[in-house]
Amino acid sequence: MNNFAAIFDNSWSNWLSDLGIAGLLLLPAIPLVFIAVYALYAGVYGERKVSAFMQDRIGPNETGKWGLLQTIADILKLIQKEDVIPSAADKLLFVMGPAIVFVGAFAAYAVLPFSPSFIGAHLNVGVYYAVSIVSIEVVGILMCGWGSNNKWSLFGAVRSVAQVVSYEIPAGLAILCGVMMAGTLNMQEIAALQSGINPNTGENNGLGLLNFFIFQSPVAWIAFIIYFISSLAECNRAPFDIPEAESELVAGYFTEYGGMKFAMIFLAEYASMFMVSVIISVLFLGGWCSPLPNIGPAMLNTWTNGPIWGVFWILFKGLFFIFVHMWVRWTLPRLRVDQLMYLCWKVLTPFGMAAVLITAVWEMYVRNPIK
Amino acid sequence: MAEVAEPQRMSVAQLGMTNVLIEQGLDTDHMVLSMGPQHPATHGVLRVELVTDGEIVVKATPYMGYLHRCFEKHAEALEYQMTIPYTDRMDYLSAMNNEWAFCMGVEKLLKIEVPRRVEFMRVIVSELNRISSHLIAITTYGLDIGAFTPFLHAMRDREHILNLLEWLCGARMLYNYIWVGGVSHDFPPKFKERVAEFLKYYKPQAIELHNLLNENEIFIQRTRNIGVLPPEVAINYGCSGPMLRGSGVKWDLRRDDPYSVYPELEFDVVVPDGRTSVIGDCLSRHLVRSGELLESVKIIEQCLDMMPEEPGFDPHAAVPKRVKPPAGETYVRAENPRGEMGYYIIADGKGTKPYRVKARGASFCNLSTLPELAPGNLISDLVAILGSIDIVLGDVDR
Repeated sequence: MNNFAAIFDNSWSNWLSDLGIAGLLLLPAIPLVFIAVYALYAGVYGERKVSAFMQDRIGPNETGKWGLLQTIADILKLIQKEDVIPSAADKLLFVMGPAIVFVGAFAAYAVLPFSPSFIGAHLNVGVYYAVSIVSIEVVGILMCGWGSNNKWSLFGAVRSVAQVVSYEIPAGLAILCGVMMAGTLNMQEIAALQSGINPNTGENNGLGLLNFFIFQSPVAWIAFIIYFISSLAECNRAPFDIPEAESELVAGYFTEYGGMKFAMIFLAEYASMFMVSVIISVLFLGGWCSPLPNIGPAMLNTWTNGPIWGVFWILFKGLFFIFVHMWVRWTLPRLRVDQLMYLCWKVLTPFGMAAVLITAVWEMYVRNPIK
Repeated sequence: MAEVAEPQRMSVAQLGMTNVLIEQGLDTDHMVLSMGPQHPATHGVLRVELVTDGEIVVKATPYMGYLHRCFEKHAEALEYQMTIPYTDRMDYLSAMNNEWAFCMGVEKLLKIEVPRRVEFMRVIVSELNRISSHLIAITTYGLDIGAFTPFLHAMRDREHILNLLEWLCGARMLYNYIWVGGVSHDFPPKFKERVAEFLKYYKPQAIELHNLLNENEIFIQRTRNIGVLPPEVAINYGCSGPMLRGSGVKWDLRRDDPYSVYPELEFDVVVPDGRTSVIGDCLSRHLVRSGELLESVKIIEQCLDMMPEEPGFDPHAAVPKRVKPPAGETYVRAENPRGEMGYYIIADGKGTKPYRVKARGASFCNLSTLPELAPGNLISDLVAILGSIDIVLGDVDR
C-alpha cells in the first residue's frame, strides 16, 4: 500500500468537514462559486474575447474596463426576463430539465482534486463516479427536448442523447488507460502518482512533466487524444455541437428556453467543459503537479509544488483546455450526425481498445513488471 | 362507411419485421416539419415544408412569397428611372448588377450608345459588387456548415468594397448608381488607385479564405457528393450562374451572350474539374463561387488598365432628359452573382412609364430545384443544399 501522506493530505477539505453542517455546506459552495465566476469570466467573456481575436474583431469593450462588466450585464438581463413556459410544454419536464442538466455536470465536481489539500469527496472510486454521474445530464437533456414539445428541440435532444451515450465508450476506454497506469480510481492518488515523489521515501525525482502519464507509455497520447475528442462530443462542443447546431436546429434542445433556465443550461455546458478539462489533466497531465523540472540547484519542481501552487496548476491546465475547446470551436465546421457516429464507433473505439490492450501489456511487462 | 376486410393473421416470418411493426401499430409515421420562415438556415423568410422520416427528408416543398413586394406592378406605375432603386432591392447583395441589367434594357429600347468610359465604370462596380456578394454567399455557406470564423473574415474584406462604393455614390448596399445612359457620379480622384490597392490587399485574402474552407476535411465531408444536380436537370429547371456551372455546364452570359465590354476582357468561366468534388454537388457550386472571386479580380484589374482617362468627363452626357422609348419590347439578361438576371420590358410608346416589366430572378429558378435535390438526405444536408443554392429571398420573391 502506498503512503501518500507526504504528497497530499486533503487538510483544507478535512478541516471544512470537521466544522459540521456549515462546513459541509461550504464544501460544495466553493466549486459552485468557482463555476459561476469561471463561467462568467473564462467562459462567456473569455469565449467572446477569444472568438473576437480569431475573427479579427475587438469583442466586448464598452461595458466596464475592457468590457469586463458585459457578462454581468447579460446575467442581469437574463434575471429580468419573464420566465416563459410554452403552453404546449410538459411543465414538469420543462422545469426540471435544466436543473438536472446542471446537477449532472456539477455533481462531478465532488471528486475533482482542486489542490493536494482540497477535494470535495475523497472517493476511492472517484473517476468512476465522475464518469457515471455525468450521464445524468443525458436524462436532463432528453427532458428539456421532450418537455419543450417542439420538433426541433426533440431532434436536438435525440441527437444529443445518441451522441453523449456513444461517446462515453471511447471516453471510458481512454480513461481506462489512465486508470490502469495509476492502478487506482482515486483522483488524488492518480495525481499524486504523477508528482515524481516516491510515496514511500518522500523523495522527489524532479523530472517535472516527464512524470505525467502522457509521457509514461507509448500509447498514452492516443488515449489522451481520444479522450479529448470524446470530451468535446460529451460537452456538445464544436465540431460536435450537432445537438444545438444553430444553423440546423435553431438552438437544439434548449430552443424554447429563456431567462434563467437558459442561463442554467449555459452554465451546465461551461461546468462540464471545465470538468472534462480537469479530468483529462488529472489523468494524463498530472493534475495539480507542477510541470517544471528541477534543474540542478534551481529546484523549480519543489518550489512550485504544494497546496497553493496545486490550485494554480489545476486551474491553469483546466483553463488551457477550455481555451483549446474554444480554439477548435471557432476554427472547425460541424460534422453531420452519421459522420459523428462513424468517428465514434469506427475510429475512436477501435483505437481506444488497442490503446487499452497496449497499455495493459506495457504496464504488466515494462513499466511495473510483475515480480 | 366502406366495409373493411379483417386482415388475415400471418406469422412473423411470413410478414417480415416491417409488416409486423405496421400490423401492431408500431410503425413510425412521417413527420411534417416546418423549416422557416424564421429559421437561421433559410437565409431570410423562406418556409420549407419538410416531410421527414426520422432525420431523413422525404419531401421538401419551398413556400415563398413572404418577401413579395410587387416589383412588377410598381414598375408599371413608375417612370423608368424611378424603377432603378426598386431593382436594387431585388437581389440586395448585388444591387449594381440588377440596376445595370435594367438600364441596359431601357437603353436598348431607347437605342442609346453609352460612353466607353461608362461601360468600364459599370464593369468595375458590378464586379466589385460580385466579389462582395460572393463573399457573403461563400461564408454564409460556411456558417450553415458551422464554420463561423470565415464569415467574419469575409465581412472584414467586404467592408473595404462597401467603403469604396460608398465613397463612389454615397450608399453602401442599394446604390442607384447606374442610370439610364450613364452613371450617377464619375469616379472620384484617386478612386482607381484605391481599387487597385484593394485588389492587391484582397488577392492573398481570397486565397486564405479558399484554404480555410476548401481544404478543411470536415467541410469537404459535409458538402462532397451531397445534393448532386445533373446538368440536364439543371438546364431543365432553368438554373443559371454558379448553380449551373457547378453542374459542369460552361455557361456564363458574360461570355456566351456578351454585353458591354466583356468581349474585350480576358477571364475564365469557372467550372468544377471534378478532382476534389463530384460534379454537380454542393462542393462544386461552392468551388465555382470561390474561383469566381479571383476571376472578378482579374476583370477589374484589366478594366483599370483599359479604362479611358477623360479629364472633365461628364457621366451624364448620354443620360436622356426624358425617357420615352418608342413602342416595342425587349428582353435583356445579365450575369448576376446568382445567375441570369433578366428583364422583359414592354414600352407602349405613349408615356414615360413602361407598359409591363417582368423580372426574372436567378434565385427563384435555382431554388425550384430544391424538391429535386432534397429527398433522401438528412436535415443537415438539406441545410447544406439550401446554402449551396445561395438564394437571396429578395430575388426569389421580388
